[in-house]
Amino acid sequence: MGGYILKRLLLAIPVILGITVIVFLIMAMIPGDPATAILGSYATPDNVARINRDLGLDKPLVARYFIWLWNMLHGDFGQSFSLNRPVIDVVLERFNNTLILAGTSFVLCTVFGILAGVISAARQYGLADKAITFAVLLGISIPSFFLGMMMILFFAVDLRWFPVSGMTAIYGGGDLADVIHHLTMPALALAVVATGVVARLSRSAMLEVLRQDFIRTARAKGVREGRVIWGHALRAAMVSIIPVLGIQAGFVLSGAVYIEIVFQWPGIGRMLVDAILQRDILLVQGGVVFVASCYVIFNIIVDVAQSLLDPRIKT
Amino acid sequence: MSTALQITDLSKTFPVGKKLFGGATGAVKAVHPMSLSVQTGETLGIVGESGCGKSTLARMLVGLLPPTTGSIEIEGAALDNADPAAFGKRIQYVFQDPISSLNPRKTIRQIMDAPLKLLHGMDRAAREKRILEIFDSVNLRADFLDRYPHEFSGGQAQRIGIARALAAQARILILDEPVSALDVSVQAQVLNLLADLKREFGLTYLFISHDLAVVEAVSDRIAVLYFGSVVEEGRAEEIFAHPRHPYTKLLADSAPVVGRPLSDPEHGQAELPNPLDPPPGCAFAKRCPYASAQCRSAPPPLTEMGTDQRVACYHPLPAPEQV
Amino acid sequence: MSAFFKLLARNRLALGGLIVMGLVVALALITPLLPLADPDATDTANRFLPPLSDGYLLGTDGLGRDLLSRLLWGTRLSLAVGFAAALFAAVAGAAVGIIAGFYGGRTDNIIMRGVDMLMAFPYILLALAIVAALGPGLVNALIAVSVVNIPFFARNIRGITVGLAHKEFVDAAKLAGMSNPRIILSEILPNVVPVIVIAMSTTIGWMILETAGLSFLGLGSQPPQADLGSMLGEARSALITNPHTSVIPGIMILIIVMSINLLGDGVRDALDPRLKSGALSRPMAATRVERKERPAPETSTDAILSLDDLHTQFHVKDRIYKAVSGVSLSVKPGECLGVIGESGSGKSVTALSIMGLVASPPGIITAGAARLEGRDMLSARFGELRRLRGRRVAYIFQDPLATLHPLYKVGDQLIEAISCHRAISKSEGRKKAIELLKSVRIPNPEERIDIYPHEMSGGMRQRVGIAMALANDPDVIIADEPTTALDVTVQAQILSLLSDLRRERGLAIIFITHDFGVVAQLCDRVAVMYAGRIVEEGPTMEILRAPAHPYTSRLIACVPELGEGKRKLEAIPGLPPSVDNLPAGCAFADRCLKAQDSCTKGEIGLEGSGSRAVRCLFPEPGFAEETA
Repeated sequence: MGGYILKRLLLAIPVILGITVIVFLIMAMIPGDPATAILGSYATPDNVARINRDLGLDKPLVARYFIWLWNMLHGDFGQSFSLNRPVIDVVLERFNNTLILAGTSFVLCTVFGILAGVISAARQYGLADKAITFAVLLGISIPSFFLGMMMILFFAVDLRWFPVSGMTAIYGGGDLADVIHHLTMPALALAVVATGVVARLSRSAMLEVLRQDFIRTARAKGVREGRVIWGHALRAAMVSIIPVLGIQAGFVLSGAVYIEIVFQWPGIGRMLVDAILQRDILLVQGGVVFVASCYVIFNIIVDVAQSLLDPRIKT
Repeated sequence: MSTALQITDLSKTFPVGKKLFGGATGAVKAVHPMSLSVQTGETLGIVGESGCGKSTLARMLVGLLPPTTGSIEIEGAALDNADPAAFGKRIQYVFQDPISSLNPRKTIRQIMDAPLKLLHGMDRAAREKRILEIFDSVNLRADFLDRYPHEFSGGQAQRIGIARALAAQARILILDEPVSALDVSVQAQVLNLLADLKREFGLTYLFISHDLAVVEAVSDRIAVLYFGSVVEEGRAEEIFAHPRHPYTKLLADSAPVVGRPLSDPEHGQAELPNPLDPPPGCAFAKRCPYASAQCRSAPPPLTEMGTDQRVACYHPLPAPEQV
Repeated sequence: MSAFFKLLARNRLALGGLIVMGLVVALALITPLLPLADPDATDTANRFLPPLSDGYLLGTDGLGRDLLSRLLWGTRLSLAVGFAAALFAAVAGAAVGIIAGFYGGRTDNIIMRGVDMLMAFPYILLALAIVAALGPGLVNALIAVSVVNIPFFARNIRGITVGLAHKEFVDAAKLAGMSNPRIILSEILPNVVPVIVIAMSTTIGWMILETAGLSFLGLGSQPPQADLGSMLGEARSALITNPHTSVIPGIMILIIVMSINLLGDGVRDALDPRLKSGALSRPMAATRVERKERPAPETSTDAILSLDDLHTQFHVKDRIYKAVSGVSLSVKPGECLGVIGESGSGKSVTALSIMGLVASPPGIITAGAARLEGRDMLSARFGELRRLRGRRVAYIFQDPLATLHPLYKVGDQLIEAISCHRAISKSEGRKKAIELLKSVRIPNPEERIDIYPHEMSGGMRQRVGIAMALANDPDVIIADEPTTALDVTVQAQILSLLSDLRRERGLAIIFITHDFGVVAQLCDRVAVMYAGRIVEEGPTMEILRAPAHPYTSRLIACVPELGEGKRKLEAIPGLPPSVDNLPAGCAFADRCLKAQDSCTKGEIGLEGSGSRAVRCLFPEPGFAEETA
């Protein structure tokens, strides 16, 4: 097992390098020069040349890439000009907030998605199945940002159960209860779509497994039906559910961008959109590389979980 | 009699496993170097259990798998390029699973047209005429031509597969378990059809099966495969009646026969050797009651024993009493 | 094609989706022809008018623009962009996937590494980066959304293509002289198109959401032009004061995406071949029993297990397949009864019906009884049936790889067979499991108990299957073709093991097979089945020596037997009848050389004298002499 994890980690290195190349190349395609964007109305030719030299933009593309990479390996992601802070500080702080939001949603969508999928499959064509199927359809059809807006209207403005936006109360907030109070709506709004997808997939995976011969064997042995469903069948179905959880983590992370904007959550998604609109290239590059790398690591964890579950995978 | 098919030292090794940076961690010898010849108009039966390499052998013979070593000669001319189209005109293949060997989204006519058009460049009218001739000889009705494969039963689909092989006008057919997917009552129909076609068109067959009785019923000569090697080869009427190799005898004794009491000739434990770590000597030695130190050190060569019989064994069973 | 639409129409939800979608698309198409206000004309005097205002059906937005007009034009734009993105991603992804999957090897490796790289991004990061590079704008958003989705299509299609490339019909095409590009176009592509259509129909909705999302962020369509996403984005600042400006475009997106998803599911169901046969429904815990009348009370026998006039049917759509029509049989303690027949004869369904293991839906037991020591198990409640399963009546199935759970160790599966009927401690369970493995002659049971089924050979797995059946010392074992998937040498081992166990433990065995050789070696009595009925029954040796039914005798004759040499076989012409359309009278009549008019005129009973019985008006001569 240790060897397998090491192997997967080694294999992640070229993937993360590939990510840095892709991000760098895409950013290099941005028309116009960043110096002008930074300087705005102070863009005299002298100033532009100086900024370009400071940023290393007078060097060839390949050299710039390696300098950037080398600095990142030393923990230096550069300086964000729009926030006037080191990129890495901003990214870590914002990513932490995103992690609170997306992590909660991911747990919610995993638990409720699998639960709904299994119940739906076990009661195929029954009332519970129909209700779940309809709810799932609604869930995957509604834009999360619209859902978020409607939740604000209803639960925050009308019912006043939850705050309209933000992560903490402005005065005297910041403790756990306060964060949970602020977190509830955005986490739910973000989880809805992913829950729908997980439920759908779990249902079809369960239906597929329940038709297998080994389920008939379990029943022929006299195994209790509850254990047939939640033991034998779900365990086998997890083999196809787990990889989708890995993909869903990416979707939750992606959906967080919208939710952060709707709920004014100080996460990394909102920061990236602002950075793009302001052409803060180093901040965009650093943020994207950091989040993508975390996602790669997360997928390794998913793969390891998969290999623990399924002895047929060679480790 | 001329030689229709001659294979010399043909072998196939598959790489297995994958290292971190390319390259395989091991190799499995699916077919050890083997030589066989089939005379024109003859049926050579190939029999063996799962994992003996019989399907790998068949796929090499029709060019679907490039061999690792060795050569294939058809009617005296070498064929060693792995272009199936070049093989197609000279040697054809009938598949085990009749339904999955027909493209579900094509009509039978489209399936039959392909070899006529691509291998023989026939025009439309000629193709139509030829298809009807072939369909007639495999007892299929012409109105089947515009239907799709899923509308046919296994037996009918296998006839269509045979018709397609005939369309290429190859004189050698490799029949890879052609009746194993069929029910017994349909199996006999297809076997009889194959016998009739052979007479009618002067075909040569290589008939691969795991079913000893079926192989015996259709073959002139039979080669027994074990773990990728020929262990015994001889005339069909002799080989199971008077096996010389202990494995052939085990096979013959294991086949359920009406009127013979149930017996477990091995008392249980037999398993194939690990293909990743094959034994240095005879692959059968571990299961063989006669195995000696010699058997475990080097594989026995295939040697001529008696008339028209070859056996790969250091301790062959005694020949039958000459009458 | 018409069958496809019929299937689609049968699905009411999909039909609803189709109608709504049709309306929306039609509305979008005729938008330029409608007498609408200019969607971009501002009118600051009429800002934020509520819906149903004079002259503004849906009201106005923050710049006084007509919301109805903007909604329709926005819908038009969103639909066009969503479809275009889906089409582009599907075509590009499919091309990549087919090439990678078909050629395999290095080509595949390089392409799929690239795809993996793209998939390593949470998709929005990549989309944001692309939009950042190309600049905000609807076309750029479309490009970003398509590119981001190409990997999903490529992966999906590659998987399908790899499966197809190894199919025998592709080999056959190579042998028919086709070149690789030709095979891709004429053999692979037609089989992949339905998958592409399914993938597209289920992702268009998603694409619309994604492009709307980018517009919502202000990175898609730029003012004054608006799609539904940017309408929502612009309205967000007035969410609390004037919610209608947000609700209207939001609801529209919901309607569009939901109808597309409904339609997409319908398309998937209509195109998925497995659903056509009703196969995707999951079997319930026990077969449905719907008997019109209570079974006749038991006539006392010494049988441990007996079937009385069992009828099992499969109801698929509007067809009824009568898999088993009136089977009666019984087995005494220590006896082995063979049930022999070809595929479709109903032999396995008979065996599975006994403990309610026929997949249901679509299976239904419509009449008859299955009695264990006189007690009808088909009338039993599920709890009782479950306690009998495996404890009194145990099964051995055909394919030992598919019938053992792939993710549980064999030892755990054995222990579970015991623990689901009586409480057993961990160490005792382990001891018992080792004992069981020993009793089926598995070498090194102490080690084998901790391995997984895939690490064993077929013969060893079947031994585990037998050990599992023996776990609770059952009275009856039902073996459904237990050696069909095995090699002959292994088959001989398994059969002799079963034979020994029967003698040692006094087991009653019902042995399902298609092989007369096996029956002859193992079974005391045999029942021959054809088209869902027993056509002949009696002691094995007598039936083999002098079969009474013409089907039995022809079946015995057409099977080659070892030691008879090269010869012409006695084939039976024709095919067995389909059980959804059985002829009146004898089902074998149209293949029988001796058939008379009377054979097809009405029910023919299973009649006989002494130990033998036959369902034939003109039994074979050997039998007539013997019973006379």
